[in-house]
Amino acid sequence: MQLEYFRLIDRIVELDLGERTIRSEARVPLTSSIFEGHFPGHPLMPGVLLIETMAQTAGWLVIAATGFQRMPFLAAVKEAKLRSFVSPGQLLSVGAELLHDGSGYAMASANAVIDGQPVCNAELTFKVMDFPSEEFRDRMREWAERLQIPLEARAHG
Amino acid sequence: MASTFDTVAEIIAETCDIPRDNIKPESHAIDDLGIDSLDFLDIAFAIDKAFAIKLPLERWTQEVNDGVATTEQYFVLKNLCARIEDLVAAKGAVST
Repeated sequence: MQLEYFRLIDRIVELDLGERTIRSEARVPLTSSIFEGHFPGHPLMPGVLLIETMAQTAGWLVIAATGFQRMPFLAAVKEAKLRSFVSPGQLLSVGAELLHDGSGYAMASANAVIDGQPVCNAELTFKVMDFPSEEFRDRMREWAERLQIPLEARAHG
Repeated sequence: MASTFDTVAEIIAETCDIPRDNIKPESHAIDDLGIDSLDFLDIAFAIDKAFAIKLPLERWTQEVNDGVATTEQYFVLKNLCARIEDLVAAKGAVST
């Protein structure tokens, strides 16, 4: 997890395009400038970044479901619940399910757990658009490789 | 069995918190009911689920942007319902 770069997922550990589900892992770093302010002497992973972690996980599912042809952009967050504090060093297991792939949008549910205990969950809406450029798409593919998205999923479509 | 319009009106009322009585077949979803594009995604999601179809929002938007269609053709509710019924019929035709 690179908080300052907004790269919140370490790797994709499961991707099932048949079931339209995904699971990622994300370990909160031990140190980050973010913790200097949130909060001094009591570092906590900001809730908005937990939501972003769920959104990135669900976003990779949407990308994979389109065969890496289209890009999701977060458009709405509903029913977000932040159920417990997350501290530096903890490992998040983040899951998402694609509820609907509409025309130009997608709906997903997502959640995160630590050691099996619920941390957060939300319903997410994405606008789904063509990649702004081939270069952008190539960079997303490179990122996907770093996240170890299963090859068969990347080849799908 | 509820009509297409009744189902759509209920979806709009519930999704956008608009009084059901304010929603008429002649209502324009954008101009009269004040539904924006993001809220319309929730409506489209509910319509897609309710009718087991996929509203072609991207194509409609493109046609409006290109000037080959008007928003009235797709977003006046009686017209929207007619499109939904066409999509349901087309789906039935394919599956039979």
